[in-house]
Amino acid sequence: MANIAKPSRKEEIQPPVVHVGVIGWIRSNLFNSWFNSVLTVVSIFFLLKTVPPFIRWAFIDSVWNTTGQACRHATGACWSIIPHNYRFIIFGFFPYNLQWRPLLAMIMLFVLLFFSQNRKHWNKSLAYSWIAGLVIMGLLLKGGLFGLKSVDSTQWGGLLLTLLLSVFGLTAAYPLGVVLALGRQSKMPAVKTLCIVYIEMIRGVPLISLLFMASIIFPLFLPEGVTINKILRAQIAIIMFTAAYIAEVVRGGLQAMARGQYEAAESLGLNYYLTMRRIILPQALKIVIPPTVSILISAFKDTSLVVIIALYDLLKTTQTVLSNPEWMGFSREAYLFVAIIYFLGCFSMSNYSRKLEKELSRGN
Amino acid sequence: MNDTASEKVPFWLDPKKRAIFFQFITLCMVGLLAYYLISNTLHNLKKQNIATGLGFLHKASSFEIGESLIRYSAASTYGRALIVGALNTLYVSFIGIIITIILGTFIGVARLSTNWLLSKLAAIFIEVFQDIPVLLQLFFWYSLFYTTLPTPRHALHPLPGLLLCNRGVTFTVPKADPAHGYMAIAFLAGCVIVYLIRRWAKKRQEQTGQLFPIFRVSAVILLGLPLATWWLAGAPTALSAPKLVGFNFTGGMTFSPEFISLLLGLVLYTAAFVAEVVRAGIQSVSKGQTEAAMALGLRPGMVLNLVILPQALRVIIPPLTSQMLNLTKNSTLAVAIGYPDFVSVANTTINQTGQAIEGVALIMVLYLIFSLLTSVIMNWYNKKAALVER
Repeated sequence: MANIAKPSRKEEIQPPVVHVGVIGWIRSNLFNSWFNSVLTVVSIFFLLKTVPPFIRWAFIDSVWNTTGQACRHATGACWSIIPHNYRFIIFGFFPYNLQWRPLLAMIMLFVLLFFSQNRKHWNKSLAYSWIAGLVIMGLLLKGGLFGLKSVDSTQWGGLLLTLLLSVFGLTAAYPLGVVLALGRQSKMPAVKTLCIVYIEMIRGVPLISLLFMASIIFPLFLPEGVTINKILRAQIAIIMFTAAYIAEVVRGGLQAMARGQYEAAESLGLNYYLTMRRIILPQALKIVIPPTVSILISAFKDTSLVVIIALYDLLKTTQTVLSNPEWMGFSREAYLFVAIIYFLGCFSMSNYSRKLEKELSRGN
Repeated sequence: MNDTASEKVPFWLDPKKRAIFFQFITLCMVGLLAYYLISNTLHNLKKQNIATGLGFLHKASSFEIGESLIRYSAASTYGRALIVGALNTLYVSFIGIIITIILGTFIGVARLSTNWLLSKLAAIFIEVFQDIPVLLQLFFWYSLFYTTLPTPRHALHPLPGLLLCNRGVTFTVPKADPAHGYMAIAFLAGCVIVYLIRRWAKKRQEQTGQLFPIFRVSAVILLGLPLATWWLAGAPTALSAPKLVGFNFTGGMTFSPEFISLLLGLVLYTAAFVAEVVRAGIQSVSKGQTEAAMALGLRPGMVLNLVILPQALRVIIPPLTSQMLNLTKNSTLAVAIGYPDFVSVANTTINQTGQAIEGVALIMVLYLIFSLLTSVIMNWYNKKAALVER
């Protein structure tokens, strides 16, 4: 066997130079047919028409740290609007000298999120640290204890409010969604009908109608003299909305469970609660992690709708800056800045979801 | 082992009785909650002197609406104002859906192209437009109209027959002529004829195996019938070109900045999602299907028509429909930039009459009808398209 002739290195014939390296790559990926060549030329033309002017506008001709007056003479982008107003855009009306508190809360949130990325860290202590973290964050924002000065929640705004609405919204909506999904799968007709009506009704209407409901009808529901703050009302609407979507995702996971799992649990003598808690939900919820992350992404984007009921979220604080005569007219720069924040948030989440999907499918 | 049936089970351990008990408790709780909320609401309404009922629909609205497909003035009723809003919603959604499907399909196919550059450009488009909230996109496009575009006097003129200014986008269109109505009728008739021919051709092919050049015949009928009608009606060629009168254009066809920004935002946002749907659908058909069809000697067009599309569409249509519904639901964001869609008109109505409950209920009912209709159509399609197994 060993004496089968092996070609020595010198005898190896290299492929022609136009099939390897940069030229080969270009030939096989950009110009492998006449149609593809046309497409490549058109794409390059399009890029040449758009990218250099954009770079010129955004970087070469732009100004970065001047007053609004000086900006009007610049030919490029006026990024000065960001350094001059970033604290208002991010923290809203939070008292200026107390803004370290929301900053600390946000850092805590990001550290927790970063730590939760790794699946090895998913255990009970992580869950407890999330609960503790959320409580501390709430305390940092609200104040009033341990010598922290109390800050009224009407002063919360900006990116802070956007994160608050999405994080607390999802944390509260998740258990509610699981309960609704279980209710929809239930054998009791009354419970099942109630859940179906709720889920289908919420999913059928646009979020904005729920927000209108929260801002103008909800006060009518309460007995005289009782008022609930506007942020909380919007939060309730977002929770109700997100829960219905989570319920549908979880239902998909429940339906994917094999019947044998239920039967095995029953034959072990487990009751309904234990069957769900110990057997079904741990498996079903694992299957639906990737679609749950997409719900998280859309919940994060949907919080921007609270602008319409005049809550000061990230988008609204930006618009407030734009209504200041000094910065009027620089909406392109300001909106691009906000778009980048949203994009980074959503893109990292969707990337993470893709990675997780791969890991989970490998695990099975 | 005892015979359990003969043994008396205490009633609190009997699953059937327990289920009835649970449901009774749940219904009681929901009922009590509803009663509590309704009684509070009635009390509050009485105290604040707010009228109830839909009587306001017959009163004069006394507000103007910028864009309307039907005749409307401030003297018209609230009911008519709401109809104007609903028609505007349908109008922007309908045009949006058509453009979205075309654009989304192109981008989805481009994403799968073997051309590296094109595929990357499509991927960037999809990521960017999916990950920015649609409301922000609307604000961005709307602000572009006011900060970048010139006044009508200095309107941009990028293409012949197209004018861009901060009052909107104006096209040169053929002058109104009765021939256009006839052409529309001819086109609809063409659609019916093509549908019948396709059915007949499919039946014949299944029975005899004979092929019929459906695509070419359909194209000739769909284009030819309206053209022939146009020629028979005297071939009117007069154009209505926009002319600057005072501070704005007259003539031509103008779309307002609100309409264009709404359309642009909705279309770009939804097209990114549609592109992903299309890509997933095409990828769901395994390569072996194409190879098998080619091995049978089918031509590329037939491979696409008879083998790939029927399978890919089964995967594409359901999520595509839900994206279309999303577009319709997202069109409610028009209220933020002032396009008079249904929610915007309903919002004005609520502010004027104070009847918030009725107003929000009307919004919810309208959108529930949309989504119910969609799911009825979807169920019908799913039943029709479901795999028939042996």
